[in-house]
Amino acid sequence: MAMTTTQIPMAGAGHASSAHIGTPTLAGVLRSEFTKIRSVRSTYWTLLVLVIVTVGFGALASFGATRGQHGPLFDATQRSLGGLYISQLVIGVLGVLVISSEYSTGMIRTTLTTLPRRGLMITAKALVFAVVAFVTGLITCFASFFLGQAIMSSHHIGVSLSDPNVLRAVLGGALFLTACGMLAFGLGLLLRHTAGAITTVVGLLFVVTVLVNFLPSSWQDHIDKWMPAMAGTQIWSTIPSQGQPAMFAPWTGFAVFCGYAAIALIAGVILFRKRDA
Amino acid sequence: MIEAQGLTKRYGDTTAVDNLSFSVEPGKITGFLGPNGAGKTTTMRLILGLDRPTSGTVTVDGRPFSEAARPMRQVGALLDAKAMHGGRSAYNHLLCLAQSNNLPKARVSEVLGLVGLTDVARKRAKGFSLGMGQRLGIAAALLGDPQILMFDEPVNGLDPEGILWIRNLMKALAAEGRTVFVSSHLMSEMENTADHLLVIGRGKLIADCTVAEFIAANSQLTVRVRTPQQDLLAKLVATAGGTVRENGDGTIVIAGLDPAQVGDLAYENSVRLHELAPLHASLEQAFMELTASSVQFRAGVPGGQDANGPAAGAPAGGESAEGDQVLVGEVL
Repeated sequence: MAMTTTQIPMAGAGHASSAHIGTPTLAGVLRSEFTKIRSVRSTYWTLLVLVIVTVGFGALASFGATRGQHGPLFDATQRSLGGLYISQLVIGVLGVLVISSEYSTGMIRTTLTTLPRRGLMITAKALVFAVVAFVTGLITCFASFFLGQAIMSSHHIGVSLSDPNVLRAVLGGALFLTACGMLAFGLGLLLRHTAGAITTVVGLLFVVTVLVNFLPSSWQDHIDKWMPAMAGTQIWSTIPSQGQPAMFAPWTGFAVFCGYAAIALIAGVILFRKRDA
Repeated sequence: MIEAQGLTKRYGDTTAVDNLSFSVEPGKITGFLGPNGAGKTTTMRLILGLDRPTSGTVTVDGRPFSEAARPMRQVGALLDAKAMHGGRSAYNHLLCLAQSNNLPKARVSEVLGLVGLTDVARKRAKGFSLGMGQRLGIAAALLGDPQILMFDEPVNGLDPEGILWIRNLMKALAAEGRTVFVSSHLMSEMENTADHLLVIGRGKLIADCTVAEFIAANSQLTVRVRTPQQDLLAKLVATAGGTVRENGDGTIVIAGLDPAQVGDLAYENSVRLHELAPLHASLEQAFMELTASSVQFRAGVPGGQDANGPAAGAPAGGESAEGDQVLVGEVL
């Protein structure tokens, strides 16, 4: 404990000569945000749960598929990726936490007094999280796909990556997870409160979809496809939905889903730049 | 150099900071003094751009801090020792801050050594004591080797050793020509460290002067006297140019005359004295008198509602001046 400071070295100590030392840059802030996300345990726990749940549930669903007869509308790719129905929430939790933990811990005050340019900070944070979510999503979706197909191939109902639309659907799963994460990130930024934001994510992804079922069926045809979960999940199926109510095409649906995420993000960023921290 | 011009911050109906104009100059420690709730933290948040002023401006080296080109080189701030993610290690906490400003990685180990946290650098901040958390916060403030340092109540909750350490650190930083701006609700703390004082109460600037000026202007030597001949002595004192106030406990307090004068006056006029005691008004007392009407939360005033009259339980006349560490906000 004993220490009497007499001087603070550095200013001239050799390393302060370079021109950009002390000047925040996007590259530096990206490094900073990556250090933040990799240096807390909740990140690892959440991502571990995400991988296990997605691959595990996908394997279970694929195994279930081997126990029945299937017509031409059976989608083996979508079946193996079925775990995404759960993991969309897990990535949502991480997306909320990445920003809401800054507020719940008080870290935001330190973050913004060391980097008062808020736009730069929030851009870097969003980018880092998007990359982490996408990479995790890719690993998870490919693992789910290959494990699922291995299980189903014994019953000759599996597909391969080179079959039509399959690669798009597997990549689409990773994109879908990333977009879920960004939607949650935007809501976390808007609400700044972990529990409130997670509840809203669940509400948007699950509850509103269920509620639509209580509307008159003539309305459902127009409304159902616009529901976030309905629009977003089209990207990871290989066979267009045939039934009623009608759904969007894969990329259109995904674009609609990204639109919701963008609304949350843009509103969040606008408020973030205005509000007292 | 920090400069505020007409700085005002309102939250709804509450005016936290009311038309503050001041400047904080380099090379000295400027104490920012006021009772709890006076607006010290809000002012610091406004300086740092965490909050936006309702009106007025505040600049750091001539421009708003939110536009600072090299923020950590310019200002190091410790607002709150807990403003960090407890799950992150001390090293990683400082590393992410250094990276955001493109400061060399080596600087992280340097400041950890400077505050004496090298041994616990890899431990998560969650398990740190208040003193260690405070040191980590100071390490963060020193990372960029800034010209301006701001500390909000840095000695709060620290043990005597920690208090001494922070005092010496601030003095050393100011001696190097840096601007040190430190808030406290403890007058005694400022007496020991500050060169210049900004005193605020209810968001308003009450005093802007040196510590010596503040003492001279605001403290007054008084004499407590117990005598069976109160009326006679009171008349004599008034003639001699002093003032008398009844204390309520059978004693009177005389101002304007020193103890020797009072004693001589009584002796020459055969007034019997049972007690004669000098009362030293400390800076603490001066501060309390000055801010008595501006303390925001008082006992007996439910909900902190405004009451401008003399506070119940507030140090009205400054009886005992002994208490060296009166916590203004907490006492009331």
